[in-house]
This record gives sequence, C-alpha cells and structure tokens, in this order.
Amino acid sequence: MKKALLVAECRQGRLVADYAELPGFARALGSESSMVLVGYPEELPRFDGRLHFADAREYGEYNPDVHKRLVLRAVEAERPDYVVFMHSSYGWDLAPRVAAAMRAAQVSEVSGIGDGGFVTGCCNGKMRRTVRPLTPCAVLTLRQGAFHAERGGEPRCLPLEAEKAASVQLLRYEPPAGGGIDLSRAEVVVSAGRGVGRQEHIELVRALAEALGGEVGASRPVVDAGWLEHGRQIGSTGQTVAPSLYVACGVSGAIQHVAGMKGSGFVIAINTDRDAPIAEVADLLVAADLEQFLPVLISKLRS
Amino acid sequence: MKILVCVKQVPDMEGRFNPNAAGTWFDEAGLAFRMNDYDEFAVEEAVRLKERLGGEAEVTVLSVGPDRVIETIRKAMAMGCDRGVHVRDEGAAERDPWQIASMIAGYARSRAYGLVFTGMQSLDRGSAQVGVLVAELLGLSCATTAVGFSCDGGTATVERELEGGAKAVVRLKLPALVTCQLGLNNPRYPTLPNILKAKRRELVILTPDELGIEAPLVATAGFSRHERSGACTVLEGELDGLAARVIDLLDERTAVLRRGGGR
Ligand SMILES: Cc1cc2nc3c(=O)[nH]c(=O)nc-3n(C[C@H](O)[C@H](O)[C@H](O)COP(=O)(O)OP(=O)(O)OC[C@H]3O[C@@H](n4cnc5c(N)ncnc54)[C@H](O)[C@@H]3O)c2cc1C
Ligand SMILES: Nc1ncnc2c1ncn2[C@@H]1O[C@H](COP(=O)(O)O)[C@@H](O)[C@H]1O
Repeated sequence: MKKALLVAECRQGRLVADYAELPGFARALGSESSMVLVGYPEELPRFDGRLHFADAREYGEYNPDVHKRLVLRAVEAERPDYVVFMHSSYGWDLAPRVAAAMRAAQVSEVSGIGDGGFVTGCCNGKMRRTVRPLTPCAVLTLRQGAFHAERGGEPRCLPLEAEKAASVQLLRYEPPAGGGIDLSRAEVVVSAGRGVGRQEHIELVRALAEALGGEVGASRPVVDAGWLEHGRQIGSTGQTVAPSLYVACGVSGAIQHVAGMKGSGFVIAINTDRDAPIAEVADLLVAADLEQFLPVLISKLRS
Repeated sequence: MKILVCVKQVPDMEGRFNPNAAGTWFDEAGLAFRMNDYDEFAVEEAVRLKERLGGEAEVTVLSVGPDRVIETIRKAMAMGCDRGVHVRDEGAAERDPWQIASMIAGYARSRAYGLVFTGMQSLDRGSAQVGVLVAELLGLSCATTAVGFSCDGGTATVERELEGGAKAVVRLKLPALVTCQLGLNNPRYPTLPNILKAKRRELVILTPDELGIEAPLVATAGFSRHERSGACTVLEGELDGLAARVIDLLDERTAVLRRGGGR
C-alpha cells in the first residue's frame, strides 16, 4: 500500500480547518497516511494515526526554512510515496521548498485522481491536465474543497526537532483592510469584473444593482485598479457572499473569485466569452458585451 | 544592487483553447500572447526598487520561451528594465516548473543578484512553483505572495497575503527572491519614448543547454477541455430579446422582482 505524509498547518494560533481534506484525499487515493504539524498542543487535528509534531511556540508559525527541515525529518521517518499539502498560502509556499530539497516531482492544485495521474486545472479553469510524477516520491498540493473532509480519532504524537537557523522572520500579522461594507447579508449582489473595461462603466453595474435593489461587489482587479473600494472584493482574499441573486458582469470566474460566491442562489453571468469558467457556477450566461447589454436590461427593469 | 525579474508570456485567457496534436498542451493557433499578469507587478516592483536605489542599481529581465517572448521582454524593458535575457527554447511551454527553474537558476547562479522578483503564478499553468524553486536552487531566502515590499540595507520586508485578506509581515535576509501577487503596486504603461528606447537596449540570447537545463520530473498524461458539471443556460442574440428573457427568468427563479427590485 502507498503511503502519504499529510502536512497540516496552523495560522494565527489556530489549526487551519482545511487539514481534514488531506485524510479525505488519502482515502480517495487508497493510501495509508500519517501527518506532520508545526502547531499547538491544544489545537491538534482529529486524525487517527501518527502525528509528527513540533510546537509552533518554539519553531514559529511562518518559518519556511525551519518548517522545511521539520517536514523533511518526518519524510525521513515515514518514507512516504506522497507528501501532501493544501494549496494554501502555507502550502504553495512550503511545498516547492520540500520538493526541491528532495528533487521530487510536484503537482500543484490537484482536484482529482485519474488516468494514472493527478488532475489539475489550467488556463484559468478552462482546461484540465492530468500530470504523472516521474520521481519515486511526489509532492502534491490540493485544491481547496476538491476532496471530502474527514475527521476522527486521536493522533499519536511523535516529537519533531530541527535546527532553528532561519533566513525569514515573521514580524506580525495584520488584519484584512476591510472598509466596513458587509455584503454577506445582501439579497442581491451585482459584481463588476475586469470586463467592465473602464472605470466609467462601473456606473452601469451600480445602476443595475440599484434597479435590482442590491449591492455592488467586485473582482480583485477592479478593486486593485481603484475602481471600487477594497471592502467590496469578493473571493478567497475578500468577502464571502451568499445572496439569492448574484450577477457577475465581466467576471471570468477564477477559482479564487468563485470561492467567495459559490453559495449564491441564482447566478447570472454577463460575459462576451461563452466559454468563461464562470459558467461552471452560473445558471445563466448572457453572451453579450456588457457595455451594450446593461443599458438595455436596466431600462427594461425600470419600466 | 543587481536585480533580476523573471517574466513569462502567456495566452490571453479569453481566447479559445484547443488541445495540440499530442494532447499534452494547447495549440497556439489563434491565441494572443501577453505578459503574465502577476509578472507585470514583479517588473514594476523591480523598476521601482531601482529608481529608489538610484545610481548603481540595474534590472535584468529574463524570459524562457520561443521567439514570440521577445515582445514581452521588450515590454519589460519599456517599463524600465535595463537589459534583457532571452532563453530561446521552442519547447518551453511544455517544460515542467523544475526545468524552467533550472534554466533561470543556471543563468543567475554566478551573477550575484541581490533581489530576484517573479510572479506568484502563471495564468496558463499556474503551478506557483518556479519562483520558489529558483530560490531553493540558488539558496536565496524567499517569501511568496507579496502585496507589500520594502528594502533597506541587508534586509527586505514583505507583506505576504493570507486567506481572507489578512497579511503576515516578514523580514528576509538578502539576497532574496520575492514572488509577487496582484495588487502589489500599479504597473506602469510603457510610454512611446520608452518603447523606442527599449528597442536599443541590450538583449542577450542563450540556449537551455548553456544554462544546464535539467530533465523533467513530471509528465503530462492528458490535456482536455474542462467539462462543465453545472447546467448553465447560454443565451445569445439580439439585446432586447435577451433582456426580456433575463427578466422572465428572474421572475420565475427568484423573488427579487416581487420584493421591490425592478424599479
Ligand atoms: C492567492 C490568490 C487570491 C486571489 N483572491 C481573489 C479574490 O478574493 N477575488 C477575486 O476576484 N480574485 C482573486 N484572485 C485573482 C483571480 O485569480 C483572478 O485573477 C480574478 O478573479 C480575475 O478577475 P476578473 O474575472 O474580473 O478578470 P478577468 O479574469 O480578466 O476576466 C474578465 C472577464 O470579462 C469578460 N469580458 C471582457 N470584456 C467584456 C465585455 N465588454 N462585456 C462582457 N464581458 C467582458 C472576459 O471574457 C473575461 O471573462 C486571487 C488570486 C490569487 C492567486
Ligand atoms: N518560461 C518562463 N520564463 C521566465 N519566467 C518564468 C517562466 N515560467 C514561469 N516563470 C516565472 O515563475 C512564476 C511562477 O510560474 P509558475 O510556477 O508557472 O506558476 C511566473 O510568474 C514567472 O515570474
């Protein structure tokens, strides 16, 4: 049976809940699993197996040189076929360091298993690839939400130690910028994506939101460009919304945007590209240029 | 200080993708290529750092790819990079991150860069590996997903973006490599005089072999269109009719029009 070493993570004093998708993946793969964590003794994963554990008070939370050494220690102890991370700010940072040290193949953002390899999205989610590692041990990062979470049991802790010299030092955390706009309770959200093209066209999105009695949201490039306030960004690094109606205007539907709106009721996308990945979560895609279509829709709604 | 910035040329994501004959990557026919979004932030940050340091600082931009990537190198030079390096590799699109990183590291190894900037990921493959692998191969300190950057003397301070938009402020010893996230800065548009100047800047052409390209660590076993799991209706046609159908559907499927929307 193949063996997977699962790398859990902690952030700002807490075990990150996503860790539970790691054992779910190991089960889907049909492999045995053990875990490694630099974390806190009072925040242990509910996992039935060996847990190679180092205390974050001693080794730091984000301390990549040292965490790499600790994970490599666990690799030595377990000799796994796979070392598996979540594709998170911790995982995409640490996984390639571990892979480089082992000269191991890495497959990023795995969302499925099949055809003798690992399935991963590419081209902004329009296409998919199946990738086969060519090294005896492979490093993987998992797409969030792609595998069932699995919790249960008590870990058997084995202490980990490593040298503490580090070239990177965590100074402090800062909270999200926010902006006092809470979109999480809005019944209708109309969001502007880069497809609006110009700042002036934000007014069309605003007018549609008004006509539908809703709030204005945005994708990241739109707030980065300063066309709308940061507090209106929807997605994995912005707000999560679940309105009964979500209208995405000129939003391609990148995974990080979809993460913040996939719980919406009815989803309408207005996009010139009928193949835009937003169609994955939309009920309706209006294949039209929003600059021409929105004025028509707004005037019909008003009359 | 010597600064290196790595840029990848990628297709516009709005294009239509079709598998190539081997079924391992996309066919380039009909696609428009441009600089990877994330790398624009990397170029801008490198140029800003040079401008702050003045005098001795110098920025080299490097791209691995076929001849079309020269256009992207020229754009980076028009944004302010001093010199360009083109690693001419017709097969670059299908190389794995380890191979690309081995070439970049092969170039940078003996050249004593104080800072290396890359994008956090490429839009087409999106592995988020190349930057970190280069740092590991060169023994540089490294932080990923930068949304803030400053540098003084022997250290750099980076704001790393975390889930939910929180940040971790970290300090790195130089030499260092930083992978850049969207929103790190406002990438400038090249002006016409700068575009013309860029044409006269030095562009060195090298081959993968000269840089010690390594063997691949992964193989692509399949490449295909992502089949949609949802049931999305696509509407096309004349605008008045489209608007009427959208309103009908809003009425059927949601309560918003009854609740007082639609005025
Ligand atoms: C770690 C990380 C976190 C991230 N967090 C977030 C996040 O929280 N939120 C977020 O939104 N993004 C986030 N991103 C960025 C994300 O990956 C995408 O880059 C972003 O969502 C793209 O925004 P967009 O859809 O507006 O732009 P694009 O992807 O450029 O899409 C524009 C769309 O508009 C369409 N279009 C163009 N012209 C017209 C027209 N005239 N009429 C109609 N349609 C048109 C195009 O066909 C295209 O589909 C994150 C990325 C990373 C790496
Ligand atoms: N062919 C390439 N030439 C130069 N830089 C590259 C190349 N491929 C990737 N990079 C750099 O590495 C980053 C991450 O790419 P990736 O690992 O493919 O997601 C990109 O944003 C670029 O800065």
